[in-house]
Amino acid sequence: MNARRRRAAPSPGRTHLRPGPGGTVPKLVAMDSPAVEIVDLVKRYGGTTAVDGLTLRARRGAVTAVLGPNGAGKTSTVEICEGFRAPDAGTVRVLGLDPATPGLRPRIGVMLQAGGVPPAMRCAEWLRLVARFYAHPLPPQALLDRLGLADHARTPYRRLSGGQQQRLSLAAAVVGRPELVFLDEPTAGLDPQARHACWDLVGELRTAGVSVVLTTHHMDEAERLADHVVIIDRGRVVAEGTPATLTGAERQLRFRARPGLGLEELLNALPTGSAAKESPAGHYIIEGQVGPELLATVTAWCAAEGVTADDLSIERRTLEDVFLELTGRELR
Amino acid sequence: MTAHDPALDLTPAPGAAPFGRMVAAQAGAELRAMLRNGEQLLLTLVIPVLLLAGFSLAPLIDVGGGRRVDFLVPGVLALAVMSTAFTGQAIATGFERRYGVLKRLGATPLSRSGLMLAKTTAVVGVEAIQAAVIVVVGLALGWRPQGSFLGAALLVVVGTAAFTGLGLLMAGTLRAEATLAAANLVYLVLLGAGGVVFPLSKFPESVRPVLELLPISALTGGLRSVLAQGAGLPLVPLAVLAVWAVLSLGLVSRTFRWE
Repeated sequence: MNARRRRAAPSPGRTHLRPGPGGTVPKLVAMDSPAVEIVDLVKRYGGTTAVDGLTLRARRGAVTAVLGPNGAGKTSTVEICEGFRAPDAGTVRVLGLDPATPGLRPRIGVMLQAGGVPPAMRCAEWLRLVARFYAHPLPPQALLDRLGLADHARTPYRRLSGGQQQRLSLAAAVVGRPELVFLDEPTAGLDPQARHACWDLVGELRTAGVSVVLTTHHMDEAERLADHVVIIDRGRVVAEGTPATLTGAERQLRFRARPGLGLEELLNALPTGSAAKESPAGHYIIEGQVGPELLATVTAWCAAEGVTADDLSIERRTLEDVFLELTGRELR
Repeated sequence: MTAHDPALDLTPAPGAAPFGRMVAAQAGAELRAMLRNGEQLLLTLVIPVLLLAGFSLAPLIDVGGGRRVDFLVPGVLALAVMSTAFTGQAIATGFERRYGVLKRLGATPLSRSGLMLAKTTAVVGVEAIQAAVIVVVGLALGWRPQGSFLGAALLVVVGTAAFTGLGLLMAGTLRAEATLAAANLVYLVLLGAGGVVFPLSKFPESVRPVLELLPISALTGGLRSVLAQGAGLPLVPLAVLAVWAVLSLGLVSRTFRWE
């Protein structure tokens, strides 16, 4: 019954897919454009260059994560897409349109990094208000239930916890049933349970065909949610791809031991193409054809050095490793 | 992934609500916010009513002939307009900018003109409540209004535009805390020097022409000539208010920063 109602509901975002009089699907140029397309974007604040020639493309119907440390230019980039700031150079197209186009507002949902709600406004009051700006909003109450805010419906925004405030902002970003959602650090300050609720919702948005662009400095979030990850640093894209292509199929062997062990001998014993490094001090990472042979070589070398390898594990590279390799800096 | 909530169909169905519905929703929220704010109610209702009752009953001021309450009601009505359109709007908008509320609303289908219209509607709504209370208190104190209601209403509308413009000008350029302090200071200065309870005739000849050009003096003077002296449309005060409105709103549209 619900499915039937769903199909019957008016859905202007997809009307152009409905077959035309001759049974043909009218083709709209806008449908071919990516959710977001940024070419050579530059944004400066005084003498600081926040975004420095950034180029990225977010596919429709996909989750794109913009990953980078604080100050990398994530928020500037997203806020230019949201129409809050004007670029100094480069082009930005959102759903094929200039971000300043007023007609774009109903089609995108926005979650700011912080604030945006009057402190005295009650939780449910805010969501109902935002819902009334849209033609076919989600029922605010259902959204409050879904995000665990129903018990705080009458609580003023300033008395919500940080995590509750974040969830309310997330609810307001999706209540208008947008085609594209921008989430600026959606899980910052959330406890693990709320973080999973947020991740679930992002997954459902994707399933429903909504394009999602989110920023984060949590690599686990990007790995878990994103179809496409764009790693940015100092205002530029340093790498992009699916989480799998970025981290590669290669696995690595990690262990802890006393710092400052000489790795040359180990490298000589390992098959060519292997790599070994200590990063940070006392943490050793061996990359290459990780198999029983390599494991035996490493443990033999440990025995020769007279050390015990602690927390020995075989893992895939993480996005954090990728970031560290590309920039020489920690993600956080 | 958790089970789907049948009530939550996230399939895109974008679209803006009709303009009128958006403005009505925002105006309702603004009105509730104003009536919920204790400090603002102090400025908009408690102080005007206390001034009206206090100065009507106690012979503390010389109103230069005529009954005190007939002199005071127009002045207090003007004060009420200033408190809501200028002081209240300046402070509220300053903090909305600071808390990112204006920015967030800018990402919704509600346009800037829609937001301005909603704010104006809420201001006029609060003014209607203020006027009703002041008129009832005035009548209870023996006020005998003269003149045309329409003339007074026109003055209030143009005065509201002028004060809103000045309030937004302040909120759009100063920090929120500075706006809070400055808006209250201006309120006090204009309360004292704008002919609200102390007649301008009590001020030295040399400063009077300047004081008469203040928006509050134009509004009190205009309302007084209509409601106390039964004059027709007071063109000079109306012109003064119109000039303030055009200048301030013009500057607002050029300088206002939404963030």
